[in-house]
Amino acid sequence: MVRFLAWRSLRAFLTIFLVVTFAFLVLRLSGDPAQIIMGADAPPEAVEAFRSAWGLDRSVWEQYLGYVGSIFTGDLGRSMRDGRPAAALVAERIPATLALTIPALMLKLGLGIPAGIYAALHRNSVIDRLVMLVAVAGFTIPSFVLGLLLVLVFAVQLGWLPSGGQESWRHAILPVVTLGIGGAAVLARFTRSAMLEVLGQPYIRTASAKGVPWRRVVSGHAAPNAAIPTVTIIGFMLGSLIAGAVVVESVFSWPGVGRLMVVAVANRDLAVVQCVLLLVSFTMVVANFLVDLAYGLIDPRLRTGAQGGH
Amino acid sequence: MSATTLNPPARRAWRLPPPLVLFGLCWLALMLAVAILAPVITPYSYTALDLRNRLSAPVGMGGTMAHWLGTDELGRDVLARLISSIRMSLTIAFGATIIGALIGTTLGLLAAWARGIVEQIVLMLVDFSASIPFLILALAVLAFFGNSIVLFVCLLGLHAWERYARIARGLAIAAGSQGYAAAVRQLGASPMRVYLLHILPNIASTLIVSMTLAFPEIILLESGLSFLGLGVQPPETSLGSMVGYGREYLTRAPWILLSPAFVIVLTTLSVSLIGDWLRDKLDPTLR
Repeated sequence: MVRFLAWRSLRAFLTIFLVVTFAFLVLRLSGDPAQIIMGADAPPEAVEAFRSAWGLDRSVWEQYLGYVGSIFTGDLGRSMRDGRPAAALVAERIPATLALTIPALMLKLGLGIPAGIYAALHRNSVIDRLVMLVAVAGFTIPSFVLGLLLVLVFAVQLGWLPSGGQESWRHAILPVVTLGIGGAAVLARFTRSAMLEVLGQPYIRTASAKGVPWRRVVSGHAAPNAAIPTVTIIGFMLGSLIAGAVVVESVFSWPGVGRLMVVAVANRDLAVVQCVLLLVSFTMVVANFLVDLAYGLIDPRLRTGAQGGH
Repeated sequence: MSATTLNPPARRAWRLPPPLVLFGLCWLALMLAVAILAPVITPYSYTALDLRNRLSAPVGMGGTMAHWLGTDELGRDVLARLISSIRMSLTIAFGATIIGALIGTTLGLLAAWARGIVEQIVLMLVDFSASIPFLILALAVLAFFGNSIVLFVCLLGLHAWERYARIARGLAIAAGSQGYAAAVRQLGASPMRVYLLHILPNIASTLIVSMTLAFPEIILLESGLSFLGLGVQPPETSLGSMVGYGREYLTRAPWILLSPAFVIVLTTLSVSLIGDWLRDKLDPTLR
């Protein structure tokens, strides 16, 4: 287990390192931020002063080493637009994003998993077909279309809910539903196929043949085994708590991290973009790490390294 | 894999695909025809203004036959823009899918052939790109490199490359140990020949299924980025950018965004249905 964890930590670290390097290369080599910020007709002295103030006049290697060094000291640079620390700018947007993504995650889990299990247990029934149809639709309708349709119906036509902004909890309903439905559909589809896979195994037949009540077979034998593949997709959803709402935040003018990212990209605000990229990759890597830990808890074989019996 | 196939699959017997798949095939054929024939069938140029008929409603909502899907804020015909958008979005999605499959398959085969350090590097890149949300990476790259169509297609082509790489590597390693690969190798074929002429055709069906599964994802990505205003730029138009611009007129002229939204959903739905069906038919190991 210790070796397993050490190996996983190393890989997690390597992934973050790759992201940092990638972000740095792409963002620094693609254009001259001094010209973009100052405008094409800025006086050359002003551009020069801007460059030396931001360290843009040094070689790329020096800039890179300086950047990596400053990350270790917790300094993520300043926004080139208003001079505030990028980390603070991003940090103050995190609560707004989580206010959407955490309720949406609950909705996904609360709707998706029961629907998937029910559909698997009643295979080919009307409800199973219905769940699968909704699941495919949820997978193929892009979030901005779903969001705008909901706005059209509930805000424009019926006037029940506001169409955008962040003034009250009622403003969060449509974005949360938009985020939740798509994820619930994916999760339902995944849970269903995982359950079907498990229900076909011999140990399920054995359990019900020896007289275990069906309810216990499902809750004690089938569901825990089906949980293993499902944990992967839940981990991915956990990892996208920060990054998963970029489009939806834009649809509903919600001032979260995703909206900040889109605006920062449009303004070429390097420090902020890198900061968001780092934050997103960090949450992804942590989530993947947690998934591995959860595997160890759910599946003792992975923890002990023993081979399974079937 | 659950061994639940009760009746053996009827070989050679041609059976009609299920109705939903059939519908998907028809819709896709229609979209392809529209994309290819776009300049011929379009009623107006997609940039032609008709300032007398701005925001005119479609037929059925009080509009006239002159613009039967209505017009936008500059009096441009929605049908003409829709046709041009279908052409643009499908072209981008096809291009990107093929680029992704080429890059992924090449790297996968390379890893299977070279093994050792090359394989480790490829696997590390696979891990890397599987662990970061593609939309975030794409956002960063796009806005900083500007908005050329070629770059946009190449960028979208990077989506899902790791899936092809993983599949190609796994299958090629498995195939490499089989008799036919050893036989042609014994006959003196170069590695290039073994991989491209003998192993690739044998693993192609799985790769093609992966392509049909990646295609709708790329359409969704393209339309999402264009919706955010960071993909296809005006005066060019794509399904996503139509929805993005139509959003400004959601209350007064919902038809501007409804028709492209409808096309996006039906197209991705059709390809997904066909992909699922192909997967079940060609390759039961890919579930």
